Formats: sequence, structure tokens, C-alpha cells
Amino acid sequence: MRFAKPRLLFLVCTLLLASILFACGGSSSSHNNSSIASGSNAQSIVVNSGPAGNYANGVFTTVNVCAPGTSNCQSVSGVLVDTGSFGLRILASALTTVNSALPQQKNSNGDSVLECGQFVDSVLWGPVKNADISMGGQTASAVPIEVVDDSSVPVPSSCSSKGPAEETLQTIGANGILGIGFLATDCGQQCATTGQQNLGFYYNCSGSSCQIAGQSMSQQVQNPVALFPQNNNGVVVQLPATTSSAASITGSLIFGIGTQSDNDVGSAKVYTPDRFGNLSTTFKGISYPSSGFIDSGSNAYFISDSTTTGMPACPSPESGFYCPSSPASFSATISGGSSSTFSFTIGNADQLFSTASDSVFPTLGGPNSGFFDWGLPFFYGRTVFIGIEGRSTPAGPGPFWAF
Amino acid sequence: MSRLFEPTRANRLLSCQLIALVLALTTQALATLGQDLSSVQSDQAHLKASVRIVHAQNFSVHEMQTPTGTTIKQYVSSAGTVFAVSWQGAAPDLRQLLGEYFDQYVTAAAHTAHGGRGVHIDNGEFVFESAGHMRFVVGRAFLRSKMPQQVSSDAIR
Repeated sequence: MRFAKPRLLFLVCTLLLASILFACGGSSSSHNNSSIASGSNAQSIVVNSGPAGNYANGVFTTVNVCAPGTSNCQSVSGVLVDTGSFGLRILASALTTVNSALPQQKNSNGDSVLECGQFVDSVLWGPVKNADISMGGQTASAVPIEVVDDSSVPVPSSCSSKGPAEETLQTIGANGILGIGFLATDCGQQCATTGQQNLGFYYNCSGSSCQIAGQSMSQQVQNPVALFPQNNNGVVVQLPATTSSAASITGSLIFGIGTQSDNDVGSAKVYTPDRFGNLSTTFKGISYPSSGFIDSGSNAYFISDSTTTGMPACPSPESGFYCPSSPASFSATISGGSSSTFSFTIGNADQLFSTASDSVFPTLGGPNSGFFDWGLPFFYGRTVFIGIEGRSTPAGPGPFWAF
Repeated sequence: MSRLFEPTRANRLLSCQLIALVLALTTQALATLGQDLSSVQSDQAHLKASVRIVHAQNFSVHEMQTPTGTTIKQYVSSAGTVFAVSWQGAAPDLRQLLGEYFDQYVTAAAHTAHGGRGVHIDNGEFVFESAGHMRFVVGRAFLRSKMPQQVSSDAIR
């Protein structure tokens, strides 16, 4: 109702915010925040309610999946664009035609390799298969991906003890998760070992009998961008500014950094994560080391806690979000090599969600155990570069964020 | 192999004392959320972790480092009840840490709408928070009714 009339106001605010951002030097002038890149190395992304119709601040794209070396392909839409994870995971139910043609990874004994993909709020279980992955005119060949599927081998208890297993469109809210963060493999060296330090991502299964196993780095589920022949040193996520809630907005996912005219890093500042993958944050005069990260797969500003912000969490079932009596403005300083202070506003989530047609919420926030997870609202009106570990770019070697 | 490493009498005595100390720590150090300290001795064995104990006013913190590099802290009241746990690093075995409250966490997490990542569950008694990204999570859980007097949830990190 509040947005029935103010389309013009909305536009004015958008332009005003955009001009402020430009004036502050937050974006390179070569990137127009409200346009969609259309180069041969880019594709569109959309923020909407997703394929299950239940997502708030979810950013989705389409991935083309082929049986390796064949033209047996399937285009899967509604895949969450996630800079907070690494590797591609797709629901078996979304791979209706091509799944049976994707080769299952096996170990030297002929046992099947399955994965317990570990996220903060859930685990995703299913077989590791190889596929050719195409996006934005780029193709990565024979990429290990996870097919999310517990129908043939049930989730082992050592996996479900890490969190609730999400295996359906309704629970994930997406047809898959495209992990394009700054690491090239989803688990890394610790999962290549067989000792007690193994993080338990990979299992070898004989029938339904599964055991945690070492998985070589090259056989682990891979960030597909890192396997592109070109434009493989990182990605750029570009979304328009929006100061009000909206039904949907579109933007761009651009592959490569400084490799084409559309992915010039320009004057963006580079922020380098520590060994935990985190940045530092200063909030309300207190410094929190190794306490923050930039994550398109988080659907809100998940920052600090009720005591520090003075905002209560919403009543159940929305207790994951803040419900201040009126919108509250804050600023925080993000540090990781570079350092900058950012302002943001948190609104009342129950009120935001009361407009059922809206899925874009620039003021959605939630408590986070004292941490600072700069989720999708942070991306609105920004061009965010994510450099992949060990890859060189004009802005220096990855891993990094730049904005 | 080398004579240098043959234990002297003093070293042997010290070793025995250290072993006794470690055994004393490990047999009384660990428990699961909401349970009695003396009732559960399986966490350390299950998690294959090393332990150190830090005493604070009204409670003690039993800190473990698992072989995966995850730091786990269990907060024990002077009455001997584990009233809180926290973790940081690779995803821990939450079923082991939360005990009977694990099912409450899973049920509540499944009812969280609107997609997500950050988890904040509060049913009045059981509070669970988790944050982070792939390969790194930070979180805590505590029981309001078991919190010692004058201890704020801010103490649980």
C-alpha cells in the first residue's frame, strides 16, 4: 500500500542514493549501477522470491549443466548466487533430464563419493558427479558438483549432527546453490587428509554404508569459475540501488576481474580476508577482530546482537530478524587491508514481510551472535568484486573482496 | 633412541603428575548442554579434543580444541550444570554439544522462513545462534533458567 503511489519517489531516491555513492567514490564510474552488463562474460541475476516463492533477499541465476563432453544439457534456473560458499550444488529434482547421464565419482575401490555440504544453517547431502557447467558464455569442463539427493543413500548421522539436512526445493528455497566465493574448492586441504583433522565433507559409500574419507583437492566440489578457460580469476556482482522494498530487481554476474571492459576494478578498494576468511569490524566504538564477511547468500544484514544494537529480535517464527519499533540507522567500519565506514538502516522485519508481494528488502537485518555478516542488502547499489585465491588480478592476488 | 630422551627420575615424576592432572581434567571437564558435569564424560573422547579450564566468577569455562581446529567452550555453573556452549571454526558435532536440545534446534531451524544463513532461535528457555560461511562457523547456545545469577549472555562467546 505504501508503494502504490511513490514510483516516482522511489526513482528519485534511487538516483539520489546512486549519486551519493558516486560522489563518495564507492563505485568506479565505468559501472552504471542500474544497467545490466551484457558482455560475452556476463549474465543476468534477479532478486525475487525464488523458485519456491518463499525467499526474502535471494539472488538467483541460471546455470547450464551438461553431461561431460556431450550436448545432453539442462538449463537450471532459480539457482542461488552465493559468495559465501564454494562449488555448485543442484537439487536432483531440478536435474530431471540430465542427472542420470552425469557420471558418479568413485574412489579406487569403486565406492561412490557422496558429500555432506556444510552450511551455517544446514547440511546438503548427495552424490558428487561431474558435469560441464556453462554461464555467461563461459564453460568449465568436467566440474565436480554436488547433486543434492538423499533418495538412494540416506544422510549419515555424522553429517546430520552438523545441522538440519535440507534436500528439497521447499527447504532450500532454490533449485541449487552456486558457490562463487573466493576459494576454488569447497573444503580444501583438511578434507584431502584421512586423519582426525578431516572436516567430514566427503564420504565413500558402499550401498548405504558410508564412511568419512579423504578427497583430493582436484576431486572436491569446485568453484566452477576457477575452471573457466578465461575470465577465471574472480567474479563481479552488480545490483542496482534500492531504498525501498520491491518485488524484484535485476543485476549482473560478470566473470573475470580486469579481463574485459565490463569488469575493470577501477577505484574499488580491496579488502583481504584473514586465515578464517573474515574481515574485522568496528561498531559503536568497539573493534571486533575476525568478525565479518561479505555474503550474497545471506539474506540480511546479520550484525551484532540485540544488546549492542538496542533492537529486539522479532517474535517467533521470525526471531532470526530484528524488529525495531522504527527504522534505525547505524554505521560500521569494515577493515581488511583497506578500511571504510558504511552506513545502513535496519527496519522492522515483521512489517517488511507484511507486504506479501515484496521480496527485495534493503533494510532487512538480524542478530548474529556479535558477528557482522554483510548480506545481500549490502550489495544493493554496489559493484562487488570477489577475487579467487591464488589468482592474479589488476587489484592484486585473491582472495579478496573489492568494492 | 637417543640417551638424551631417557626419562630421569624427576622427569618421570613430572610426567606422572602431568598425566594425573590431564586425567583429572578430562574426567571431570566435559558435558553436554543442560546436563550435569559429572553425568557425561564422553565429549572429550567423542570430539578427540584437548582441554583447558578457565575459572570465572560464578562459573568455569572448559575450553577444547578439536583436531579439526574448532574451539569449543562449555560453561559450567558452580552447581555443576552446563548452562551454555559456544563454538568457532569448522562446523562442530552439534548433536553431541546440544544433547537433548539438538532436536529443538533442528525443529526450530526447519521452521525458519525466508531463506537465510544466520540462525537465531529463542523459545524462551533455549537460545541458539549461529553465523559464518562455508569452512567457518561461530555460534553459541544457552539455557536461560540455568544461567548463574549476575551472568549475562554476553559472557558466552
